[in-house]
Formats: sequence, C-alpha cells, structure tokens
Amino acid sequence: MPTPDLAVQVHDLHKTYPGGRGHDPVPALAGLGFAVERGTVYGLLGPNGAGKSTTVRILTTLSRADSGVARVAGLDVAVDPAAVRRRIGLVSQRPSSDPMATGRENLVLAGRLQGLTRTDATARAARLLDRFRLTDAADRLVRTWSGGMSRKLDVAIGLVHRPDVLFLDEPTTGLDPEARADMWAEIARLSVDDEMTVLLTTHYLDEADRLASRLAIVDRGRVRVEGSPEELKSELRGDTLQVELPDSDQAARACAVLAGVAGVTGPVADGAVVRARAESGARSIPALMAGLDAAGLSPVSASVSRPSLDDVYLQHVGRAHRSTERDEEVA
Amino acid sequence: MSTLVTHSVLLTQRSLRGFARQPIFLVVTLIQPMVWLILFGRLFESVTDIPGFESGSSYLEFLTPGVVAMTALFSAAWAGTVYIEDMDRGVMDRLLAAPVSRGAMMNGTLAYQSVTSVIQTLIVLGVAWLIGARFAWVGVPFTILAAVLLTVVFAALSNAVALLVRQQEALIGISQFTALPLTFLSSAVMDPQLAPGWIRATARFNPLDWAVVVAREPLLGSPDWDAVWPRLGALTVLAVVMAAVATRTFGAYQRSR
Repeated sequence: MPTPDLAVQVHDLHKTYPGGRGHDPVPALAGLGFAVERGTVYGLLGPNGAGKSTTVRILTTLSRADSGVARVAGLDVAVDPAAVRRRIGLVSQRPSSDPMATGRENLVLAGRLQGLTRTDATARAARLLDRFRLTDAADRLVRTWSGGMSRKLDVAIGLVHRPDVLFLDEPTTGLDPEARADMWAEIARLSVDDEMTVLLTTHYLDEADRLASRLAIVDRGRVRVEGSPEELKSELRGDTLQVELPDSDQAARACAVLAGVAGVTGPVADGAVVRARAESGARSIPALMAGLDAAGLSPVSASVSRPSLDDVYLQHVGRAHRSTERDEEVA
Repeated sequence: MSTLVTHSVLLTQRSLRGFARQPIFLVVTLIQPMVWLILFGRLFESVTDIPGFESGSSYLEFLTPGVVAMTALFSAAWAGTVYIEDMDRGVMDRLLAAPVSRGAMMNGTLAYQSVTSVIQTLIVLGVAWLIGARFAWVGVPFTILAAVLLTVVFAALSNAVALLVRQQEALIGISQFTALPLTFLSSAVMDPQLAPGWIRATARFNPLDWAVVVAREPLLGSPDWDAVWPRLGALTVLAVVMAAVATRTFGAYQRSR
C-alpha cells in the first residue's frame, strides 16, 4: 500500500539479466527493499555490480523488475510509468546534456519536453543557471565546458520541472576535489531549500556520510544494512586501532602481538598497516605499545579513532572499500 | 496528440541546430553527392552508346535521380548514430525517463534526416543542371518526395538497428553491407534492360529502385505513370510501416537493459 510520507518504497525486488550465448544469467537484484521519507537525502552505497544502478533504472521506469514492488511518489512504477516520469528527475552516471547545444538551450529544451511553455522554460533556465553559477558560460556550447560545470548542468536539467524525487546516480564520480565539494553543497541544498527527496547512489563513503540522512549498504542485490550514518557507526562497538609499521613483515608480526592484547579483537594486516577493534582504544594503547616493544617492533605511528563508515562497510560487505574501487576500474 | 507534435518539432530543432553547428559535416554532406555525380557521370558517360540503353540519351540525366536516391540511402543509413551518441551519453536515458513520447523521439530524427535529404536533393539537381543536364520541372517535386520517403524508410531502419545493437561499429557494418548491394541491384546507375534478368527481377522489390523510378520517369519527360504510382504508393506504405516498427523498438531497447 502506498504510504503518504514515503517518497520511495521498494519491496523485495528481483531482477536477473539474461546472460547471452554461453553465459549464465546474471542476478542483479535478489530481494532488495528500502523506503525513503519525503524531503530527505537517501544514500545507496555499495561496490560496482551491487545493484545500485539497476535499482535506479527500475525506479526511473528505464527497466522493469522481474518481481517485487517499487513505488515512487506513491505510484507503482510497473503500473503507471508515464505518471512516474512526470514526478521524477534523473541525473544518470554519464553526462546527459547535448554537447552541441549551449547550457541555456539544453535547459530550455528539457523544460519544454517536461511540458513548460516557452516563457516558463526560459525563465526557469535563467534561474537555474544563476543558482548553479553557470550564467557566464550559459551561451557557450556545452562541449567547451569543464567536467564540473557540465555535471552541475546535468543536475540543473534534472531539476528543471521541480520533480518530487530526484535520482542522482554517482553524481561526483570523476570530479576534482573542488568541483566535488561544490556539488556536495548543491545536493545538500536540494532537500533543505527545495524540500525535494533525493535518492543518491555512490561508492564514496565520505559522500554518503556527508549527504545522506539515511543510507543502505547494498551488496549482491540485497540491502546488507540500513540506517542513519550515526546509527550504523554506533552499532560497531568500540574504537578502531590503527598501527603503522616500517614494512609488511613487521606488520605481520605486530598482528600476532595485537591478537594477544586484552580487549583488542580482529587484527588485520594490510600492507604495513595493522587495523583492529578495541573496546576502549585509549586503555589498550599502553599494553599494545609494551607488547610491540617486547617483540622488538617499532611502530611508525599508532592511532585510535571512532568507527567510520569505512568500518561499517568493511563489516557488512566483508571487504575493504578501496579494493572495490579497483574492481571498478577493471569493470 | 499535440504533445507528440510539439515534442517532434522540439527534437527536430535540436538536431538541425547541432547539424548547422558542425560545418565540416555540412560540407561533407554537400560534397559527397557532387563527387558521385561527377565521377560516375564522367566514368560511365559512354554507356549510353551501348545498344539497348533506352532510357534517354544523356547518361548524366539518367544518372542524376540514381545519385539522388543513393545519397538519400547513404545518409539515412547513418541516422542511428545520433541515437548511439545519445546512448553513450546519458541523453537517451534522460529522455526515456521523462514524459517524452517515443513517437516524437522517432519523428524528431526522421524529420531532421528528411530536411537534410531535401537539401542534398536540391544540390544534386542544381549541380547536374550546372554541368549540363536538363530536366522536366514536373520531376522536381517527385524527386524530392522520393528522396524523403526513401530517407524515412532507411533512417527508421538505422534507428531500429541502433536501438537493438547499441554499437556504432555494428551499425556501420550493417549500413555498409546493405547500401552498395541495394544500389547495384537497382536501376540507379545502369539501365535495367542491360542488366541480367535476376537483377531486373530483384529490383522490383528494392525500395531504392522504387525511389529511382519515381524520380526518373517524370524528370526525363514523357513519364510512364503506370510505373510511378504503384512504386510511390509502396514507398509511402513502407515508410509509415518502418517508422511505426522502429518506434516500437524503444520497448525492446528498454526490456533488454
């Protein structure tokens, strides 16, 4: 049943892609479900191939689920895709502007295709260009724009008809740090100033932590864990210990030392760095340092930190986030 | 219905604007038919001396409608590349996730291709006239109509292939594979009376040949209307059917992703 407070409702979605000649079918979604409250930013976080983009494709009517229910703005995407399309904006992973048109022309055309009159579309385009500080470049071909500017234009195009729900599929992938910070500020404004619901997919943990009021960590077509970033972090008891050693041989030996320190669990060596969890990091440090000293090891640095989203991710997806980004390069 | 028309006009304008901004593309579009006309025209000039060549006395005049049809076919076969560019960027997804009618997305590219085809046709006729060909005026509207209908048939086919294969390379391969055989299995460059019987028979089912006949008969004067009307009718029906079928391939495109 549609619930009025929920902008997006997804229940038990399944989708399998045909494998093609000689290949097995590829399962993309295996019972995925989550709900997004109106006016919030919701993050879908996970490695490539986890099912984030497939979920967005289904919610934006570009693809159909094999089974399960998906509602956007109270409308079932399988039953009434045409009505859903009037209520949503999509900023896909790839640039979605026409490079042979100017920024202004792109916005006016998008507005008119969404049903605005010429006058309204022109006024709306001018406002959005102003808001995203693109007015100076507005009448140059998008072909000549920088990546950051072109990405802001994509978001502006998604907003041209004031959608109820905006889908942002990896909005900052490939942007330089400055352009990313700029984009984050814009996304944060969407839910606050425009009271818009934003569904954000990302593989950047800091992005999800910073922007999403709730998030779901998705892996292999299912939601592994769901909650606000704070809730997810506080579920992990204790602190993160990180000890850096001069080389990986010493790190391996340090790993054995850490395993013997009271209150320290799950030490893992990653190159020259050893990570572990501690019930209370501050109390474990003296015993830890003494143990390392006794074993003849001299750490370069040792630190204690509150759990980060990295740790949550590691816990649920079962592999460190950096290695999944490397997979992404290959895929 | 009015949304369909508005969206079709908007999307046609978008393509025409992009076309006008690519001067090189514009020049190539104009030069290619002239090259066909002058090269073929000079190379095969003397075929009219072959006994049995019945269609007119000037090869240039005979060839001109053939070049019009070839140009229309070759340009239209590339139509799908616009869709592929839109798919490679996120433009196609954005349009499909917006309340834009699929019919308008198809109409937009077909109308754009038709406009470029009219321009090319007028240029081929103009160049032919400059280098000495003389035509009956009644043939000009028939030539334009034939070029536009042929363009719609093959641009729709190209769009459908683009939606199904989604790869520039495959599209290029398919258009290369069909364009030349269709040209030579027709009366575009050679009087069918001099061609083997099987080619004559095949040409009866070749839309390119229909367009050539629809254009050539009235252009060369004293047309055989009994040859023109059925071919014009068949071309019109095929154009409408192809556009409708191509519009439906959007569904297949979305289902496959």
